[in-house]
Amino acid sequence: MPPKVEVILNGKHKRLESNKLSDLISISNLENKRFAIEINNEIVPKSQHDSFLITNQDKIEIVEAVGGG
Amino acid sequence: MSDILKIGERSFSSRLMLGTGKYKDFQETKDAISASGAEIVTVAIRRTNLGQNSNEPNLLDFIDPEKWTILPNTAGCFTADDAIRTCQLSRELLDGKTFVKLEVLGDEENLFPNMSETIKAAQVLIDEGFEVLVYCSDDPIFCKELDDAGCVAIMPLASPIGSGLGIINPYNLSMIIEDSQKPVIVDAGVGTASDASIAMELGCDGILMNTAVAMAQDPILMASAMKKAVLSGREAFLAGRMPKKSYGSASSPKKGLIE
Repeated sequence: MPPKVEVILNGKHKRLESNKLSDLISISNLENKRFAIEINNEIVPKSQHDSFLITNQDKIEIVEAVGGG
Repeated sequence: MSDILKIGERSFSSRLMLGTGKYKDFQETKDAISASGAEIVTVAIRRTNLGQNSNEPNLLDFIDPEKWTILPNTAGCFTADDAIRTCQLSRELLDGKTFVKLEVLGDEENLFPNMSETIKAAQVLIDEGFEVLVYCSDDPIFCKELDDAGCVAIMPLASPIGSGLGIINPYNLSMIIEDSQKPVIVDAGVGTASDASIAMELGCDGILMNTAVAMAQDPILMASAMKKAVLSGREAFLAGRMPKKSYGSASSPKKGLIE
């Protein structure tokens, strides 16, 4: 079992059952969607989504494009 | 008439750019874009909804990035650092595309830009290889600085964002247009079609608008009106208007009048 982690996800404290970024993407229903991830102010490129491991207290931002001027 | 707008290395045949905010739904957004003929559409970058509505459609499911040039903005950022992060996120989101609209705000009420932060962010982003279209105040000195820094388009406000007050300082805009080596695109303030024509008649290279279309009673019809207004303003600019006179000048001949 992967270790559990406590993170700040899009501004909210959250406990994740797995430290795999790919698991977070999966439980968030983001697969096949257009989004970008930043962890602790650094972009995590798509090519690293499968292998990236989240650390306790990571500050995770997941963003998408929305309507704007 | 072939009249291409060049922004950096990119070429466009439409001089109207449209924002995608404030529409009723994504379908209306898409219909307005289609009616406007815009090739460049702006989007904002925001946190994804990870809650119960995570299966909602995404804007880019409607606005195909292969069909339109997506111009992500940094709206809502009040510091250079936040604007830079937002651009980096947008580049990742859009498969490496570096076309961005930089906007660093200085005040939550009037939405005027913070120009020192804007210039700071522009310099970093240009060094990182971004093509920066920059929202700025209509101050010719700041505009020149952004032009010299390497921004690909200078986008002064015509009046505050979302105000619909129109072109409140045409003299500043004219000075900016005269001085600029880059396209000058009015960003913000247009309220109705005549405002768009006035900006284009002044010699602006293009117009970016959102609220004027989205908040019209009939956004699709207004998008169509704006398309025509930008085209007519542009043609009038290219045609060169007659000089203004302070006296009358008859159009019909004086000779041959009946007695």
